[in-house]
Amino acid sequence: MRAEQISVFLENKAGRLAEVTGILSDAKVNIRALALADTSDFGVLRLIVDSNEKAVEALKNRGFTVGRTDVLAVEVEDRPGGLHRILDMLNEADINVEYMYAFVQHSGKNAVMIFRFDNIDEAVKVLEKNNVKVINGSEVYTL
Amino acid sequence: MILDIGFETMPREDLEAIILRRLKATIDRVYANVPFYRKKFEENNITPNDIKSLEDLKRIPFTTKDDLRDNYPFGMFAVPMDNVVRIHASSGTTGKPTVVGYTARDVNTWAELMARSLAAGGANRGDIIHNAYGYGLFTGGLGVHYGAEKLGASVIPVSGGNTKRQIVIMKDFGPTILTATPSYALHLSEVAEEVGVSFKDLKFKYGIFGAEPWSEKMRDEIERKLHIVAVDIYGLSEVIGPGVAIECHEAKKGLHVFEDHFIPEVINPSTGEVLPYGETGELVFTTITKEAFPVIRYRTRDITSLNPEPCICGRTHIRMNKVSGRTDDMLIIRGVNVFPSQIESVLMEMEEVEPHYQLVVDRDGNLDTLTVLVEVGERLFSDEVKRLQDREKKIAKNIKDYLGVSARVKLVEPKVIARSEGKAVRVIDNRKI
Ligand SMILES: [Zn+2]
Repeated sequence: MRAEQISVFLENKAGRLAEVTGILSDAKVNIRALALADTSDFGVLRLIVDSNEKAVEALKNRGFTVGRTDVLAVEVEDRPGGLHRILDMLNEADINVEYMYAFVQHSGKNAVMIFRFDNIDEAVKVLEKNNVKVINGSEVYTL
Repeated sequence: MILDIGFETMPREDLEAIILRRLKATIDRVYANVPFYRKKFEENNITPNDIKSLEDLKRIPFTTKDDLRDNYPFGMFAVPMDNVVRIHASSGTTGKPTVVGYTARDVNTWAELMARSLAAGGANRGDIIHNAYGYGLFTGGLGVHYGAEKLGASVIPVSGGNTKRQIVIMKDFGPTILTATPSYALHLSEVAEEVGVSFKDLKFKYGIFGAEPWSEKMRDEIERKLHIVAVDIYGLSEVIGPGVAIECHEAKKGLHVFEDHFIPEVINPSTGEVLPYGETGELVFTTITKEAFPVIRYRTRDITSLNPEPCICGRTHIRMNKVSGRTDDMLIIRGVNVFPSQIESVLMEMEEVEPHYQLVVDRDGNLDTLTVLVEVGERLFSDEVKRLQDREKKIAKNIKDYLGVSARVKLVEPKVIARSEGKAVRVIDNRKI
């Protein structure tokens, strides 16, 4: 059910993001989704890639600090109110979304979004109860 | 192991009699042979005959690093150059280096003290010592080297640098004792990890680390990452080099000063007053056996305190606590005295913080600003920006609570803070005063 996201600590300096994408490209890692959250000093780059092992090894070898986090890839209906409906049901169930970002690829007719929850198990239950499709990790990497 | 049972466990009374005898002989010699000391004595109306007890040492004025510089290069030598067989120098970060000399007997004394030190730190005949202290004018490399040979251990004179080759040697030669600066020891463990070598699989048992101040937390970190027992060794070239004081691996609680060769005192750095045992101040040394380069009441600028309590290892020599800073490292930030070691202690108290930090001091208008750069390792990292910001704030708050000074904390990527060779650069002071 869960997908694994990798995250990378970056200083807020010109060229750091390109350095990471360059390392991943050299390691033949394909980036499926990416989001950068930053402050004036530093940023955290979050990535869904097709091979976490290769990506983590390549980045660590180059001295980056890398973390792994479980996230959910959720199908969101590609129509007005599609995302709202999901956020609403999570809110109703008192489940906090730490952050989320969009996936490049669609799953059939639907958009895909990556959600990071504090309580991932509860989130899965709520989503499934409401017939929202959570995409399997293994599928996400190759979507 | 106690190498020299006779001297190292000598009853205090006998030891003090020897110290006094040797002190008097040293005073006689410097008075006769070193114009600098004779002049100082004369200016203060003291003659060697006035030194009748160890208490009388207090009457003699201090010797400072500036005095050594003024007599650059050989002016403080107490023997003719014919009798000097070795010269070392410590790099001066400002101005001229400090030059020291050794007679053949001094070299032998030093080797014996280093052999004692290595033994106290867990080494023995049959051990293989991986000596990653730099060889050259710096006393670290050769000091350990001669001591290791004196002890009868095998020494690998690998020196500093070329870390990946060092990892290969560590794997292939199976050294059992590591000697290095503590920051280089951590660097070795990082590089080992990068190339897929685990210290768990190496044969190291003990590590003997010195040449820069390091904290108890850093000791924990080294012991955990290198799977060894880590002890602190102290020395400075002006006194003899490494081997002035050593922690016994049994207690790991303060460094025994080899009092049959060196007299330690702790003074108030501002007033020069000698402080009682237990009080923290500047460490001062008088050498009592050295021939070529004796020093009388030399101010080391190192901050520590002395502990006369008996030790579980059986040595009777007094212990100095781990050096907690340098009087010349002291930063005055908006009127508050700050030692980098205090910041280090605050960081090390925090579970998730790695011991890699750097202090940057700037002057913004008329206001001093302190920025603490902290490397983000895996324990400190989070995928949530909010958490990282909370950690920054927590570090800043702890610094403010413990030191009373406001600091801006900035998280940086690993290895931004240079430390690959020798000593880590802990302070960058950009103030132009
Ligand atoms: Zn002891």
